[in-house]
Amino acid sequence: MVSKDNNNKKSEIDVGYVAKLARLALTADEIKRLGKQLNDILGYIGKLNNVDTAKVQPTSHVLPLKNVERTDKVVPSLRIEETLKNAPLKENSFFKVPKVIE
Amino acid sequence: MDYTDYYKLTCSEIQKLYRENKASPEQVVDSYLKRIEAVDGKLNAFVKLNRESIDKQLKDLKEKKEKPLYGIPVVIKDNICVRDEETTCASAILKGFKPPYDAAVIERLREAGAILLGKANMDEFAFGSSCETSCYGPTKNPWDLDRIPGGSSGGSAAAVSADEACLGLGSDTGGSIRQPAALCGVVGLKPTYGRVSRYGLIAFASSLDQIGPITKDVRDAALLLNVIGGHDPRDSTSVNAPKPDYTKSLINDIKGLKVAVPKEYFVGGIDKEVSLYIGEAIKTLGSLGAKIGEVSLPHTDYAVSAYYIIAPAEASSNLARFDGVQYGLRSKAAKDSLLEMYNRTRAEGFGSEAKRRVILGTYVLSSGYYDAYYLKALKVRTKIKEDLEAVFKEYDCIVTPTSPTPAFKIGEKKEDPLSMYLSDIFTIPVNLAGIPAISVPCGFTKNGLPVGLQILGKPFDEETLFKAAYAYEQNTEWHKRRPSL
Amino acid sequence: MNYETVIGLEVHVHLKTASKMFCGCSTKFGSPPNTQVCPICLGFPGVLPVINNKAFSLGIKTALALNCRIAEFTKFDRKHYFYPDLPKNFQISQYDKPFSHDGFLDIETAEAVKKIRLKRIHLEEDAGKLVHKEEDDYSLVDYNRAGIPLLEIVTEPDIGSPSEAYEFLVKLKNILEYLEVSNCNMEEGSLRCDANISVRPIGQSELGTKIELKNMNSFKAVRQGLEYEAERQTAVLKEGKKIEFQETRLWDSEQLVTYTMRSKEEAHDYRYFPEPDLPPVVPNAALIEEIRKTLPEMPKQRRERFIRDYALSGYDAQILTKEKKLADFFEACLKIFNKPKIVANWLMSDIAAALGSKGMSIGEVSFKPQDLAEILGMIESGAISGKMAKELLKESIDTGKRPAEIAKVKGLSQISDKSAISAALEKVLSMNQKAVSDYKTGKGTALTFLVGQVMKETKGKANPALVNELLKKRMGGA
Repeated sequence: MVSKDNNNKKSEIDVGYVAKLARLALTADEIKRLGKQLNDILGYIGKLNNVDTAKVQPTSHVLPLKNVERTDKVVPSLRIEETLKNAPLKENSFFKVPKVIE
Repeated sequence: MDYTDYYKLTCSEIQKLYRENKASPEQVVDSYLKRIEAVDGKLNAFVKLNRESIDKQLKDLKEKKEKPLYGIPVVIKDNICVRDEETTCASAILKGFKPPYDAAVIERLREAGAILLGKANMDEFAFGSSCETSCYGPTKNPWDLDRIPGGSSGGSAAAVSADEACLGLGSDTGGSIRQPAALCGVVGLKPTYGRVSRYGLIAFASSLDQIGPITKDVRDAALLLNVIGGHDPRDSTSVNAPKPDYTKSLINDIKGLKVAVPKEYFVGGIDKEVSLYIGEAIKTLGSLGAKIGEVSLPHTDYAVSAYYIIAPAEASSNLARFDGVQYGLRSKAAKDSLLEMYNRTRAEGFGSEAKRRVILGTYVLSSGYYDAYYLKALKVRTKIKEDLEAVFKEYDCIVTPTSPTPAFKIGEKKEDPLSMYLSDIFTIPVNLAGIPAISVPCGFTKNGLPVGLQILGKPFDEETLFKAAYAYEQNTEWHKRRPSL
Repeated sequence: MNYETVIGLEVHVHLKTASKMFCGCSTKFGSPPNTQVCPICLGFPGVLPVINNKAFSLGIKTALALNCRIAEFTKFDRKHYFYPDLPKNFQISQYDKPFSHDGFLDIETAEAVKKIRLKRIHLEEDAGKLVHKEEDDYSLVDYNRAGIPLLEIVTEPDIGSPSEAYEFLVKLKNILEYLEVSNCNMEEGSLRCDANISVRPIGQSELGTKIELKNMNSFKAVRQGLEYEAERQTAVLKEGKKIEFQETRLWDSEQLVTYTMRSKEEAHDYRYFPEPDLPPVVPNAALIEEIRKTLPEMPKQRRERFIRDYALSGYDAQILTKEKKLADFFEACLKIFNKPKIVANWLMSDIAAALGSKGMSIGEVSFKPQDLAEILGMIESGAISGKMAKELLKESIDTGKRPAEIAKVKGLSQISDKSAISAALEKVLSMNQKAVSDYKTGKGTALTFLVGQVMKETKGKANPALVNELLKKRMGGA
């Protein structure tokens, strides 16, 4: 697990764990280098704590849009050739992947 | 003028020749293709030329004579989907990907009679400010081949600057249109979030991304926005608001225009020559009758921090789909195991900056960190937006430098991501607030490197930007300079 | 020590929309693989989702019928995990602001009516389907199902036994069918159910270690799986051991056991964040009221009305309202043939039997309410006998032909013409003198015998009541 930020100590990112979550095979070198760079960046980012946001609403959408919807109408799907033409591996009309074990 | 020189013209100048029947699209396109052949070897601005489709596009043009961009050659940033043309975001993970659809802006360009010349180089997935993270190698700055053209739309900016295309499309998430435009001495506009459909733009950070024009002058930017702007029901964040004819804003009169200069943009880290030219530009605006006033944007200093949480977080999510199942690269090293397929494909397919951002973005969203980073950043985003809204209650626009420095040397910041990130310090607040901003050339350093002036406007008030930028341009000569290659 | 079982259910229901949740692809079931897909539901880069308003209104309709509150503000979030059936490797779902919450559904247990609280109902998109064969070392992916609007209904852990869980599901399905918001077909995957189950000593306030149970393909499987788990967990606790860790177990419907999921599940870290491509939704109060007005009568109300208005027994009303289409059939039939008890009896006995032998439900055959009304009318007018009616009914259900048409072709009509019967009657009388004299000496069974003989003589076509009457008249009373 990643280390927690205690007593305002700078949090250290556990690149190995995060890389697993992000499905990225990183070399030991990459983990080391990224760890240093990202900790620098996170150190810089830490200045956000100087902003008092106690009464501030977050902005996820910059525009005041709401209720943007479409009507339930069927439109033609892709032709199967178009669907599969970019696939790295396919079989008949399926995409093909290494075996999924449940 | 000999037709082989047509590439030197602006869009409105070519349109004039067409109207007078003095030139044909075939001649214009041919002139550009020759120019590309002559200079792109030095620049690497193009990642692909649509050689096969150009002839067909020219043939299909016959009935489009009255269309707004009839026969105008355009270069497209490689993160904008063009049907059946390879679209890669300059990433190895998308090599060979041919979308079965056109982006909304491409549909509009085709409908308007534009000629799609090819795809422009960029930072991989638009992650960068230097165009160095491309899997196709870096693009060079046409003013100094040892220097970066800026990024991430560096290919589009370099191509337009070097007369390889008449118009360019870029995308701007934290400055990716304006900064390379400034560093290449051309005009770049980031429209209001929601003004241009993002449908078909391969997302970097969905809440910040916006497509916009990169052009040789302000008029061309207005012409291009006229075509690509407007509501699109396929993009739920595209706004159904009236779209003005932006060329109507091109009047050389800014008497009484209220222009704000934020003091936070003129402290520390800013290059002396940049500072000098911005000061000159502000004087010019004042001499044209604009009312200049100093203002404060107190949260400016936090913009980069908020941005480097929000943008990588969204990017890590948007890039999750690149896994080797439906399209793009699948690692050969991953035959039997699903987990290996994911891990290897993404490790081989993504470059180092993409990996850095995916890790950073995944981290700030992960369990236990969301509130401290992501939520905090969204709240600071609110503060930054409120700062700007307060200024716009009293002012029509805000002027700042586009970039704190002119173009830096290739490789200079490659291993120092933080200093690279800080080069977007003046452009990022605009994206966080969703407002429009334009960069126009406002000087050249003694080394001959362009400097850009950034003008920020109210949401959906691109008209004021065009007006101010046009007036400035009409009273200066900077936009007329072209690099010698 | 005694133990109790604590169960919570997560039910996923496909909403009956024509197009998918965020794109225009059809939701039709059973098309060839990857033929109902587009760049949006395939997760191609650059394309964007747009909310299907019908999915939203069907969701609200369901939530209202399940006594839920509709949120004043709701939004979509991205839920991240890597799996090949998930085209974008995130699912557009709802996290901290579901569109509805805090509802309930009453179920009837052996003892009483029990309220099962519903924690939340939210909207999301379905994933694709993986096909794997035992012998192959790869899997195949079909994305036709990816993006179909899905309602996730989450209960509080208020369910106390596997049979209560079963009862809940039956009741829920019944309501969803009444609402016509979903096909609720478990075989087609349009209704799916996962369960959380734990066991604790009676009297203990904190919950035991929760086991997530999946892969149950019918309500019966849900009950069996939960029964198995309840027993397994109780046995562990009785040995003085603990259920060590939370895990996901799968139900094996052939071996009738649950087993630990083989694929290692890492700690869930879904990295939810607000979907930036979709602005929030603020359900319009007027729209909610409009939807509320369209809510059909729910099974419970209908059952009560049947008892009240048609004087049916509680049992009959229960059976008839279990399926909306059956109740609709019943009422449509009454409009033509207004004898509720008779119609109910036919529906519950002969029609139910005929349908049962075909393994179909009333909505799946071409037998219509007017067909039943026609048959019942024919019995009442004496045109056919009850026995003929049964024959007619079966054939009509089997072949889809109209009852009158069958009756005509097969000559199935009762002889109610006195002159037509009298010939047979005279013949029978002359051949059975002994019975006639028995009758006259007061032997009641003789009459029954003679009626039988006349029926036989007319190949069953004579109206028995008429024969009875004519015989009595002819023999001069008893």
